[in-house]
Amino acid sequence: MNPIPFMKWRWVAIALSGLAIVTAVASLSLQQLNWGLDFTGGTLIEVAYSDSADLSSIRSVLAEEGYEGAVVVSFGTDRDVLVRLPDGYSDEQGALMVDKLRSSTDMAIELRRIEFVGPQVGDELRDDGGIAMLTALGLVMLYVAFRFQIKFALGAVFALAHDVTVTLGFFSLTGLEFDLTVLAALLAVVGYSLNDTIVVSDRIRENLRKIRRAEAIDVINISLTETLGRTLVTSLTTLLVLAALALFGGEMIFGFAVALLVGVTVGTYSSMYVASTTLLQLGVSKEDVMVPEREGADQEGMLP
Amino acid sequence: MMNHYPLWKNVLILIVVAGGFFYAAPNLYAPDPALQIAGASSSQTIDRPILGRAEQALTKAGIPFFGEVIQEQGKSALLRLTDRDQQLRAQAVVARELGDGFIVALNLAPTTPDWLLQGGATPMKLGLDLSGGVHFKLEVDVAAATERRLEQYEIGIKKRLREERVRGRVSLDGQRAVMQFRAEADREAARKLVAELYPELFLDRVDEADAWLLYADVTEQTITELVDYAVTQNLTTIRNRVNELGVSEPLVQRQGRNRIVVELPGIQDTAEAKRILGKVANLEFRLVAEANAPISERQRFEYRSAGREGMTEWLERDVIISGESVSNAQAGFDQNSQPNVSISLDGEGGMLMSRATRANVKRRMGVLFIERKYRTRYEVTESGEEVAKRIPYDEKKLLTAPVIQSALGAQFQITGLDNPGESSELALMLRAGALAAPITFVEERTVGPSLGAENIRLGTKSVQVGLALVVVFMMLYYRVFGVAAVLALSGNLVLLVAIMSLLGATLTLPGIAGIVLTVGMAVDANVLIFARIREEIRGGAPPQTAIGQGFDRAVVTILDANITTLIVAIILYAIGTGPVKGFAVTLSVGIITSMLSSIIGTRALVNLFYGGRRVQALSIGGVGVTKVAQQGAAE
Repeated sequence: MNPIPFMKWRWVAIALSGLAIVTAVASLSLQQLNWGLDFTGGTLIEVAYSDSADLSSIRSVLAEEGYEGAVVVSFGTDRDVLVRLPDGYSDEQGALMVDKLRSSTDMAIELRRIEFVGPQVGDELRDDGGIAMLTALGLVMLYVAFRFQIKFALGAVFALAHDVTVTLGFFSLTGLEFDLTVLAALLAVVGYSLNDTIVVSDRIRENLRKIRRAEAIDVINISLTETLGRTLVTSLTTLLVLAALALFGGEMIFGFAVALLVGVTVGTYSSMYVASTTLLQLGVSKEDVMVPEREGADQEGMLP
Repeated sequence: MMNHYPLWKNVLILIVVAGGFFYAAPNLYAPDPALQIAGASSSQTIDRPILGRAEQALTKAGIPFFGEVIQEQGKSALLRLTDRDQQLRAQAVVARELGDGFIVALNLAPTTPDWLLQGGATPMKLGLDLSGGVHFKLEVDVAAATERRLEQYEIGIKKRLREERVRGRVSLDGQRAVMQFRAEADREAARKLVAELYPELFLDRVDEADAWLLYADVTEQTITELVDYAVTQNLTTIRNRVNELGVSEPLVQRQGRNRIVVELPGIQDTAEAKRILGKVANLEFRLVAEANAPISERQRFEYRSAGREGMTEWLERDVIISGESVSNAQAGFDQNSQPNVSISLDGEGGMLMSRATRANVKRRMGVLFIERKYRTRYEVTESGEEVAKRIPYDEKKLLTAPVIQSALGAQFQITGLDNPGESSELALMLRAGALAAPITFVEERTVGPSLGAENIRLGTKSVQVGLALVVVFMMLYYRVFGVAAVLALSGNLVLLVAIMSLLGATLTLPGIAGIVLTVGMAVDANVLIFARIREEIRGGAPPQTAIGQGFDRAVVTILDANITTLIVAIILYAIGTGPVKGFAVTLSVGIITSMLSSIIGTRALVNLFYGGRRVQALSIGGVGVTKVAQQGAAE
């Protein structure tokens, strides 16, 4: 198969990624994220009415009872109602609010869930999440630098940071709620994108050693072409199951599925363009991978 | 290269897969909704007549049940119900019939058949987001606990300085006590006294123009000990109280430095749960009444411990001190190696104690344990509905009534205990009744049973749909090899569920998401291998060589890619809490099983299909088929 000249369009990719990152950072600094209850603290109740619920009357009931800043929205169907109170109400208010809603209507109200998160927990979760993300990036960089070479490590970390930033930007732009499951999804995106990047890097390293008298750019093009099939198939199967999760998994897991759908898509692109372009710009060459490694020697020996 | 696995390897794979099916199987049996009946006190056993009353009440209410059984040598009984919707009503009916002496808890009774149980196979536990229930996170207020300790230091130091006639001022300033003296000699004397009294304090001398200052700081280590003490004290009391709530499998666990996590599956009434968790026990120290005391000045109390049932003691109505004054109680041994309990009081408590005991040496002093309990009364409302009302009352029982040997102060011992078991039990009760460090609810999540059931349904559906899509795609794209991959993938899922069950992991909604994600990602290793095989074929390798080389060369890549992902999953586990941890566990186990299933499982199947014989063409989809057909003869 003739190599596809991927790297010829790398300037387009750099422009595209640059634009995406600038947009993401701009959106993150301007309107930030729609932080979920896990991070802001506060109270949330979800109730199911026996018939379609009248949101405006619920709002007026809550206003009369003195719940300032209560946000009332329907959740999934028009019978399910979600009420969110800002931070500052005591931990008993959730249950009390359900009682008040019950006495305000003839309809049967079923309690689906109550969540209360104190402010100190929220801040801690946000900090822990940030620390986890940085630790993950750091350790991965160490591992890749140790197993491959520092240029590959930089490429991988750029690709990961790129994916996380763009996915965060997506959540900021769309205003989708960012809760604890989305944070977990973001770390899973790091894991997935990394997996992809390593497979491509592995092939670039192998080809750098194998193909003599070739420019780095050609080696990268060849490697990307060779791994293209695998990259697309794996992304496709993963996206298939994630689509199933987003469509059938229910409201509580929707944000998780969307974060992964976006992250995996971006991750597939970044493993092909961001990591490789970084390698090329850093001037990767044969000498970088010619350390006498045992695995390398074995592979040479197995060539037909 | 003939790609043939030796028999032992195939047998080993079969054994692992069979084991996987065995340990995953219990999850196929849906649990029965059930009621668990236990005595409110540990001495209450459940016998046939009691179970009979529960059965009759259920029959009268028209609630079908089956599988009634007495368990744990009469400690509890289990009644299975046919309909989950009737569980709450059944609980109310049975609780009404049996009264306050019994705890009736909601339970999900596993229906694992005996032949699986005998092999140690049990189903995965369901997380609260799937089973429904309440999750609380409580936090011990470290600042308040430290402040309280500082006040004790202040009182203690003041008293000691006064006793030794050292002139100076003592005050509190944030996290430290500040002492101010007119003369350096006074400060030196004070420094020695304080160092002797509280060796754990860090002392620092500062000279100012008109005063000699001495700072006493609470060290970080003391604060850590203080927090540890407060957390364990609260853990013990919360564990005791959770049992009252009637939950079959509660979880009370310390989390981090100063947090306690409580999980109560099946509980709906959070207000009730909080009232019981948040209630305080108390203590009262009173003199034992003299025989000739008028009846208006004395009260009779029962002993609390199981060994002294029915025994009572008359105590004076006057209370010397209550639990608020007790700062610590520790079980230990005296010089003669006899078990004792050392009690520390705060300054004011010590003063009251010495005043009361000075004139009453050789009399006895009783220690009462006070608990807030609830009685259930049934009332009929105007609409004819019967509602259960919980009426609180204080239960006071006698812990011990030792003889006062001498005038007591802020520190004293209770001796003459029979064995170390008794002393540690007494210390535990004293601590439970002493004023605990203040705790607050910092997080609370309640999931209703219908939402839990819905989450299970949706989760199962998305796993099924996701798996079906992947299966169809793999078969179309990779033909015979696709079949091998799909079989290996199914084996992977079975192993994943089996390992999770064996680990006793809890399945949560994000955990299910992790399984779905694993399905998608597990294919990756197969894809890597197949892509390599196709490349080998394109490069002109004969089929058997292509298979061998494809597997061997893909393994290195698979290992590198998966180990890095595993690093991320482990970090996720380390920092994550609750549901996120569940996701991390599934993901980590999934990564490992998917590596094994594709490298070994798929290989075994491919070997089975193609190994050990002359092959003309590989059915691996795409370009491979035709090309190999032409070159097959070259082998």
